[in-house]
Amino acid sequence: MDNAESMVDKKGESGTFHVNNGINGHVANGGSCSCCCCGGGGSSSTGPGNCCSGVGGGSAFDSVQHLHHHHHHLGGGGDDAECNGSPAKRCRLRRRTESVRRSRPPFPWFGMDIGGTLVKLVYFEPVDITAEEEQEEVENLKSIRRYLTSNVAYGKTGVRDVHLELRNMTMCGRTGNLHFIRFPTQAMPLFIQMGRDKNFSSLHTTLCATGGGAYKFENDFRTMADLELLKLDELDCLIRGLLFVDRMGFNGRTEGYYFQNPSDTESCVKKPCTLDNPFPMLLVNIGSGVSILAVYSQSDYKRVTGTSLGGGTFLGLCCLLTGCETFEEALEMASKGDSTNVDKLVRDIYGGDYERFGLQGCAVASSFGHMMCKEKRDSISKEDLARAMLVTITNNIGSIARMCAVNEKIERVVFVGNFLRINTVSTKLLAYAMDFWSKGQLRALFLEHEGYFGAVGALMELLKTSDDL
Amino acid sequence: MAECGGGDSSTSSHTMDKSITLPPDEIFRNLENAKRFAIDIGGSLTKLAYYSTVQHKVAKVRSFEHHTEDAASDKLYEISVQEEVTARLHFIKFENAYIETCLDFIKDHLVNTETKVIKATGGGAHKFKELIERKLGLKVDKEDEMTCLIKGCNFVLRNIPHEVFVYAKHADSEFRFQTTHPDIFPYLLVNIGSGVSIVKVESEDKFERIGGSSIGGGTFWGLGALLTKTKRFDELLQLASRGQHTNVDMLVKDIYGGSYGSLGLTGDLIASSFGKSATADKEFSKEDMAKSLLHMISNDIGQLACLYAKLHNLSRVYFGGFFIRGHPVTMHTITYSINFFTKGEVQALFLRHEGYLGAIGAFLKGAEEDNPNQYSWGENYAGSSGLMSVSPDMNPLQRARSGTFDMLEMDRLERQLVNLPLLQDSSSYIPDTVDLTEDALAREYWLDCFEEALDGVVKRAIGSQPDIPEVTERAEKFRQKYRNKLQTLRHQPFAYGSLTVRSLLDTREHCLNEFNFPDPYLKIKEKENDMALKYYLKVVKSLEELGWEQRQLALVRGVLAGNVFDWGAKAVSDVLESDPEFGFEEAKRQLEERPWLVDSYDQWLQRLKGPPHKCALFFVDNSGMDIILGVMPFVRELLSRGTEVVLASNSGPALNDVTNGELQILIERIAAMDPVIQAGLMDDRLTLVQSGSSSPCLDLSRLDKVLAMVVRERQTDLIVIEGMGRAIHTNYYATLNCESLKMAVIKNSWLADRLGGKLFSVVFKYEVPAGKLSQNSSALTPS
Repeated sequence: MDNAESMVDKKGESGTFHVNNGINGHVANGGSCSCCCCGGGGSSSTGPGNCCSGVGGGSAFDSVQHLHHHHHHLGGGGDDAECNGSPAKRCRLRRRTESVRRSRPPFPWFGMDIGGTLVKLVYFEPVDITAEEEQEEVENLKSIRRYLTSNVAYGKTGVRDVHLELRNMTMCGRTGNLHFIRFPTQAMPLFIQMGRDKNFSSLHTTLCATGGGAYKFENDFRTMADLELLKLDELDCLIRGLLFVDRMGFNGRTEGYYFQNPSDTESCVKKPCTLDNPFPMLLVNIGSGVSILAVYSQSDYKRVTGTSLGGGTFLGLCCLLTGCETFEEALEMASKGDSTNVDKLVRDIYGGDYERFGLQGCAVASSFGHMMCKEKRDSISKEDLARAMLVTITNNIGSIARMCAVNEKIERVVFVGNFLRINTVSTKLLAYAMDFWSKGQLRALFLEHEGYFGAVGALMELLKTSDDL
Repeated sequence: MAECGGGDSSTSSHTMDKSITLPPDEIFRNLENAKRFAIDIGGSLTKLAYYSTVQHKVAKVRSFEHHTEDAASDKLYEISVQEEVTARLHFIKFENAYIETCLDFIKDHLVNTETKVIKATGGGAHKFKELIERKLGLKVDKEDEMTCLIKGCNFVLRNIPHEVFVYAKHADSEFRFQTTHPDIFPYLLVNIGSGVSIVKVESEDKFERIGGSSIGGGTFWGLGALLTKTKRFDELLQLASRGQHTNVDMLVKDIYGGSYGSLGLTGDLIASSFGKSATADKEFSKEDMAKSLLHMISNDIGQLACLYAKLHNLSRVYFGGFFIRGHPVTMHTITYSINFFTKGEVQALFLRHEGYLGAIGAFLKGAEEDNPNQYSWGENYAGSSGLMSVSPDMNPLQRARSGTFDMLEMDRLERQLVNLPLLQDSSSYIPDTVDLTEDALAREYWLDCFEEALDGVVKRAIGSQPDIPEVTERAEKFRQKYRNKLQTLRHQPFAYGSLTVRSLLDTREHCLNEFNFPDPYLKIKEKENDMALKYYLKVVKSLEELGWEQRQLALVRGVLAGNVFDWGAKAVSDVLESDPEFGFEEAKRQLEERPWLVDSYDQWLQRLKGPPHKCALFFVDNSGMDIILGVMPFVRELLSRGTEVVLASNSGPALNDVTNGELQILIERIAAMDPVIQAGLMDDRLTLVQSGSSSPCLDLSRLDKVLAMVVRERQTDLIVIEGMGRAIHTNYYATLNCESLKMAVIKNSWLADRLGGKLFSVVFKYEVPAGKLSQNSSALTPS
């Protein structure tokens, strides 16, 4: 923690950058990386070149510590001193020094978002590892990398969303693949135990974590696995991660999409888009609960409101009503159900449209309204119940989001969060609700990496050296 | 949206309970004259409305002037009891299960053949259309539900002073009644039926459904029934009231381990409703799930209501619909939610007659040709059942029984009532000095006091109609009715809005009228008036002999001494009854010596040294010594100073208060003796108006329209309020835009004790509005 902070502190010291610039040219030539990130100011926009992973064996901690302090001593004029000693040693030393000076953290690079229901983990797998690096890579780091990248499932409940992997992207001067992994928050104790078993603390990486769990599990990480978390605000991370992924694109495609003709099921089609000029936007994050933010710039935003009727409510009530156990199961059932057997529609009450108020007969008048009647309760299918639950929760979120958009005078509403994962029923409903009730004034936008932006934002904090990663 | 039409309890209407026998005296009253029916059939309750005329006896006084001389010497005025027909609205609420029985009953008792149609609204109107048409032979004419609801809402807001309340679960008094703003628009009505409709109401005819939600009462009921296997809505609420939502909901602290400080979200906040049931593999109790569901739905509705209120910039938000309907559990959760989402800026408001709105509205739609909105209406406390006790701890079945037939009766008032134009802030004006709903000690005292006084009232009621045979029986019925009301109020002080001494007095008047005792004090008043008139000239003469300054004090002491004569106050009525010779002079001796308990006489005297007032409005109190020997000499002095005087007296009888009819005769008699009064009348500088009220107290926000007009025209700059009922029980704290004088003798030892005085302590409160001080300071230094 202290270390991480001091590294972060360093980035602002102009002296550091002068030194770095001196080295830059030299290293960049021999490096394998053209980098677009890590610029602290105009002068360092080319960024560092190849650098070592920063952690070398069991003594890594000491050596980094040492260098860290050393770095303090050196200040602006330590260059010459480093050029002594054997060339190989000198080079290695230089790269480590550089890594620290450049505030590039040692591998592994993780960003974690510990939510109420799910833990979202992003892992940056460097693919530009030099032979030398490979040689120096400590065994447990190597094994972590292999474990994560060669599997798509971890334990009973961990899943890597392979289809979301961002390939050959550059972060902080390194090229690699960004992996997206999730597992239930309930498995958090197991995860922490694994961290202890794998002696994760010896890697001396900074574990950047956001979401409520960063606070809730901080002490467990410390006492059980000797790991210090760098706790980050979840909304900061969410916005930062979202803007970054949108800018990076999705392996050549766009990250964002919307539905054309949302009010017409026949011709409704998914269309790609980017968030050019993203501000202002109303950001609706649907996790276990829902947060609604008005975002005016990366750092200027406010939480407008939230609702406790979110993904957790959908799943929780589905579990109670249908006996299902997973989100996938619940969605699968919902996809086969018919909510009109459960919900009371306007036409069920008025025999048709309620013209006095311009309500269509097919509008839902009362969610679960038919369930007031015993005969109907006895004859209802689980699928119908799941569908009704999904429609109820989704429409409610849509309704609140729409009101917020109108109150905040924002026309673009971006929906994110894992509730939308594999959930086209909801995305289409939200798109429809925004369009229909606003008479085309509001547009709903969605992003492919739905629930992972917080974790990406956390990772970016780890790699934070400039505003324009 | 509509109240649910297909709920469990409505399906039970297949097995209609026909065994019930209806006590016709108590439930469908005045049915023989009924016309203009309306019915609102909801998911479980039916509300029937009809308009009827009530024939009741009124006592009229008439001067003997045109008769022979010797008759006049014998009696002051002629008293005749006449039959008067007044209009009354009846609303009856009962469970759908009784609908057939009720329709049969109505058919059997309905005499009026003019009625051809019945206005109908509510989700169930369609379902019962055929039954109604067959049973009653009336054509069912459907009216739009929301239109009816809004019309009904406007009507109760306009006509029932304590209609609106906020709910506070843990306060001394759960129901805190609000003064209704004279301008009731605009407001937001959130109707929580099976779904939710959010309606913005801007004027009598202009309203718009600005939004709604499908998550409403039906969702609570439907989902609740699925989750808990509990069928009835009431039982679900019961379950919820016992549950712990934190076992089912994922709270902020479940995610964060504590609060989410940077956003100001406390740990106990619900992050995800039912979030724990998504992850924890365990059984949840019915109670906990019901509670969680209740919170989820209440919070969601509250949030939407706030978003709409904010968007439309509305701060008055009323909640209604079957989800609310007097259930403390839901009123509490909605109140909590509104408070949370608006950070306390908006209060959730509820309506005492919320359940009747649809029926009232449907009725009004049908009665448009009678122009019901042109009149003022008043809740009849004798015929209305009031707000039921709705404690969740009570067995719901029991409650349903006791509330099987609820009634509301509204009397059409003869006069249209408006605010006194000189009220400083009519929107915050509260007539009553003590709210007995909140003050438990005072409540107990006054309830006991009224109960103890009951024997005397019954006695006088019988005495007022000595020649009528069944009078004792009727008086006993009155006693029973009023005693029952007092019992009800002991347990449910909130039943008719804020409980006050005024409402206790008014309830008694309503009950007396109910049993045809229009004016029990009629004869006593006559006797007192007669006696006092004989002394008038003597009193005036002795006052005239005094010097100016002495006279001013004597005049004030005279008003106060006159005010000691009051049958309304127990301590005094005892004395009066045991010693009828208790004289005016003796009353003066009983008066407290200065300085009085409240004494701004010196300022008043200073003011009198200044220029005369333009016009004084005098709210008079009792008959006899009070009006004739106390008030009239005071009025005479004002007239002599060049001040016009408007005497405001009650339109109808209340205790021994002088009525407008009586006062007219008395003034004529005095004018015949006294040229000053005579001249005042001739020059139109002395005028009589009626207050529009028949209460021993005074509500300055409900006064006769003519009075308000006169006050305005004459540029009234002084208001004199006399007597305990008008100046102490009510209006003690009323602030006016002009100078005011509040005079009373405290004739109740308990009250005297409370105010720090003793029996016959004097309150003499002269007030000058803050802005007018500078203007009057010149008056304080006469040139």
